[in-house]
Amino acid sequence: MIFWQLFWSFFQIGILSFGGGLAAIPLIQNQIVDIRGWLSIAEFTDLIAISEMTPGPIAINSATFVGSTVAGPVGAIVSTLGCVLPSSLIVVTIAWLFGKYKDLYIIRGVLAGLRPAVVALILSAGLSILSLSVWGEKEISLSADSTDFAAAALIVIGLLIIRKFKINPIIIILSSGIIGGVYYLII
Amino acid sequence: MLSAFTFGGGFVIVSLMKKRFVDKEGWIGEEEMLNLAVIAQSSPGAIAVNASVLVGWKLLGFTGAVTAVFGTILPPLIILSLISLSYKAFRENEIVRAVLKGMMTGVAAVIIDVVISMAGKILKERKLIPVVIIIGAFTAYYIFHINVAYVILFFGVLSALISLHDNKTGKRHL
Repeated sequence: MIFWQLFWSFFQIGILSFGGGLAAIPLIQNQIVDIRGWLSIAEFTDLIAISEMTPGPIAINSATFVGSTVAGPVGAIVSTLGCVLPSSLIVVTIAWLFGKYKDLYIIRGVLAGLRPAVVALILSAGLSILSLSVWGEKEISLSADSTDFAAAALIVIGLLIIRKFKINPIIIILSSGIIGGVYYLII
Repeated sequence: MLSAFTFGGGFVIVSLMKKRFVDKEGWIGEEEMLNLAVIAQSSPGAIAVNASVLVGWKLLGFTGAVTAVFGTILPPLIILSLISLSYKAFRENEIVRAVLKGMMTGVAAVIIDVVISMAGKILKERKLIPVVIIIGAFTAYYIFHINVAYVILFFGVLSALISLHDNKTGKRHL
């Protein structure tokens, strides 16, 4: 049943995204794009851009967006609940344990070990978005014919500007949208 | 009770919450808020939701937690529902499509930037196991397309075992 599938997918996203922020991206991509096929990778990238520009965490934004696209308003609510329910229960439990023991070395260890794993996962998600915008497909290809050099240049320039000036990501995404948009319309 | 004005999300909300609850309303102490922030960041799920659940729970128990969750998810729920309704029509538009294609490069740049910053911090610690974990997780997911859930569970359990071992021997591998 579709509501159950939505709930279960976002339940997993909610319970497994450690580290906040972009950590949810590989999980959402894996569940929604790869496993369920509810969004294409291009739609998913649009969703990330939209999420960066609207308030609220990306996991909640995705839950609402995917839920309402796939199954209407009820779908949106079911997915969002699936997403917040497990983490809300866990966070209260951890707070309670913390109050009791003060030092939770296992939780600290798990976090320290998951941080590098999450970096690798975010990198993978980033690579598939990069391949999509430069080569038009999810895997990196090496043929020059299919290479979109303008997109590659925009990524490199965008990256250099963020690294050097620490600009708000929203500004980078918006300005690449405007510059890229003008370019693709002219071509 | 809580409005989610966290454009860009993530860690922004914790400082916003501190300003509002500690400095303005005086509902909780500064140190308590800091503890809550640490717990919110160490638990799975969105930090904004976690932090508001904790503050709600501290203030009003179960009712507080539920109210706080609804307060936090309502704005994105409404905004994204409206966007998803118009998205399909928008995407048909040639100009919108070109702009979205351009934005994709911006998204890629932003994600790569985050990866560089996070990986830099990990590599600076000069420990072997975290580097092995990066390579292992990348190989498992990007090359062998293993379900992310299994990758996270595997490395979570592995890290728990390592920290148990470290706690006994007094070493720090992670």
